[in-house]
Amino acid sequence: MAISLDKLMGFQQKALHVRTERMEVIAGNLANANTPGYKARDINFQDAMKNAQHSLDKNLTRTHENHIQGNMKGSAEIEFRIPNQPDTGDGNTVDVQIERNNFLDNGLRYQAGMEFMNGKIKGMKKAITGG
Amino acid sequence: MSLFNVMDIASTGMSAQNVRLNTTASNVANANSVSSSYEDTYKARHPVFAAEMQRASQDQGVGSRVEVKGIVESQKPLQIEYSPGHPMADENGYIYKPNVNIVEEMADMMSASKAYETNVQIADTTKKIFRNVLRLGKS
Repeated sequence: MAISLDKLMGFQQKALHVRTERMEVIAGNLANANTPGYKARDINFQDAMKNAQHSLDKNLTRTHENHIQGNMKGSAEIEFRIPNQPDTGDGNTVDVQIERNNFLDNGLRYQAGMEFMNGKIKGMKKAITGG
Repeated sequence: MSLFNVMDIASTGMSAQNVRLNTTASNVANANSVSSSYEDTYKARHPVFAAEMQRASQDQGVGSRVEVKGIVESQKPLQIEYSPGHPMADENGYIYKPNVNIVEEMADMMSASKAYETNVQIADTTKKIFRNVLRLGKS
């Protein structure tokens, strides 16, 4: 029986990918904390994970370079956040405190995912070298 | 690699806030620059921020960077003061003072420095995570 290194990492790798994307979206929110009219966005982790697990590649076939790239992956799960305040004066809906907490939370979960992967690598190393 | 994108976004945020701090410093420094005509008088400057949605909507990533669209001069009326003894006074004895509101500028400065700090912390956290990724499987 062949050892599948792909299966070893499979799930965690996808989770980390979604975590990275979420980190990017939240960093974008925080960078635009003072941009008038900017609406805070976030990734729905549950939906994103569901999509990643079923590997829904909705890429359209392109036969010409002018064709639109129909890439639905990743950006499909991005949703706008519902603001706590009805109006901030300039149409910006970024709540810096919430975003910072989300960023921290997301980063910690990312690191937890890394720990899991590390454990798996260690286990596999042990299995290969025999302890 | 999307972790680089996070760094990139944080750096655009930092440079935007830097521009804002710069204009604030300029406004405060020139708050008392007296002039002898309406046109020559210093007017408060403020940057205009905009989200770079276009690049985000393409395949380059999901987060949106921030950019400084430009710097606008405040249209508020200047303070005109009658002081004939002033060396800068015009032929009617008036001097023109900038429309800088110091209190507003101080509040703006605090907001900008906090936002700058937030972006620095994002870059720092990302760096730590990055380092962990590089160390994956070692030790």
